[in-house]
Amino acid sequence: MRVLIVGGGMGGTILANNLARRITNELKTGKARITMLSASDKHMYQPGLLYLAVGRMTPDELYRDQASLLEPGINFHVDPVEEFHLDKNSVKTKSGKTHEYDVMVIATGSRMFPEGVPGMVENSETFYTEETALKMFKRLQTFEGGKVVIAVGIPHKCPMAPLEITFMLQDYFKDRGLADKVQMHYTYPIGRVHSLENVAKWAAPEMDRLGIKYDTFFNIKEVDGAKKVLRSEEGVDINYDLLINIPAHKGMEVLEKNGLGQNGWVPTNRTKLNMEGRTNVFVCGDTTNIPISKAGSTAHFEADVLGENIAAMIKMGTTVREYDGKVFCFVEAGKDRATYAMFDYQNPPDPKAPTKAVHWFKMAYNKLYWISARGLL
Amino acid sequence: MANRKIVDGRGSFCPGPLMELIVVLKTCKVGDEIEVLSTDKGSANEIPEWCQKIGHAHIGTTEEGGVWHIIVRKSK
Repeated sequence: MRVLIVGGGMGGTILANNLARRITNELKTGKARITMLSASDKHMYQPGLLYLAVGRMTPDELYRDQASLLEPGINFHVDPVEEFHLDKNSVKTKSGKTHEYDVMVIATGSRMFPEGVPGMVENSETFYTEETALKMFKRLQTFEGGKVVIAVGIPHKCPMAPLEITFMLQDYFKDRGLADKVQMHYTYPIGRVHSLENVAKWAAPEMDRLGIKYDTFFNIKEVDGAKKVLRSEEGVDINYDLLINIPAHKGMEVLEKNGLGQNGWVPTNRTKLNMEGRTNVFVCGDTTNIPISKAGSTAHFEADVLGENIAAMIKMGTTVREYDGKVFCFVEAGKDRATYAMFDYQNPPDPKAPTKAVHWFKMAYNKLYWISARGLL
Repeated sequence: MANRKIVDGRGSFCPGPLMELIVVLKTCKVGDEIEVLSTDKGSANEIPEWCQKIGHAHIGTTEEGGVWHIIVRKSK
């Protein structure tokens, strides 16, 4: 069986390694083959960008060579797919090569789309790429006081990021002796400070305690850079001195161009993870249109299910597991405290009060991730 | 008859049915209707409240077997 994995991010990499270890014999005997096609020879630990933006990680800590993360026996090519021919079970890559498959997994991730808001790109800082995170940190270093506004676009990647950057910036400015000169102002699109009700119940009093202002039901309309005003669709204006954007994102353009899903999100069965209408095409991570968090842990847990299922398809001709919607998110509550939220389709999260222990576990996970990527953790 | 899209937010704690609705509304035309399915009864209050704030029409809400069906028309 020929398994083709399109995308070498967190989901694709964990899946490839998980699957490879389950079918070692089949790979050796040629009964199965795993091919990964990626746009890059580097693998980025995207959650590290949050720390890069506040000077707590350096760029080199975010990367490993993709080939070094993959199990022997996985055929890895830096050659992104440009055409999907689902009816022919094949794809065509940028180099012009055609790859045929029996089973394909699309795990191409997402791309930031801040340009959807007029005035946002040129008037705000963000941290969702290495370049922007570094730029944001350099801007923070020269900021000497004023109103810092957090502008949250939707849909966005990593639902905890708006809260985390708010609390981390609060501590950052405090450490620089600017606590009395900086006013943090958080905005959020729905009627509470986070989509998860129990997280909002914890975060709102925390913001009150720290003196962080917040506006809810605030959907970004535009940024007036000349007047330094952030405007909402609901008709509220907020003045800012420094604007931090959690950008909206989209699925990859190649998926839109090939008609695989509106805005690059591929219609996906929420438990079987197959592309709707296809039994041999699966989707993993940000690429799905499943209405759950676009987060690394989502990709990780989906990859675990797909690894087990595709191995079972190779060995038994059938799948064995369903994805239950499991997500686990750390939530940094400042520079040295954190909590977490774990939930699935049936059970909401119940976050506990932040502790230093959870923060240090998160810091450890920032290193342990490279073991996760290898499909070992 | 207006186009009606289904937003299946059942079991979606995060980002949740309202956030999913806001995302889908961006891709709709004025006059289109969206039916949000939610297993969170809070959606039955939260979605109409947001519609009123922003100026979209809340057409109605029904509940069937623990699933709320909240219908919204894009109005601007």
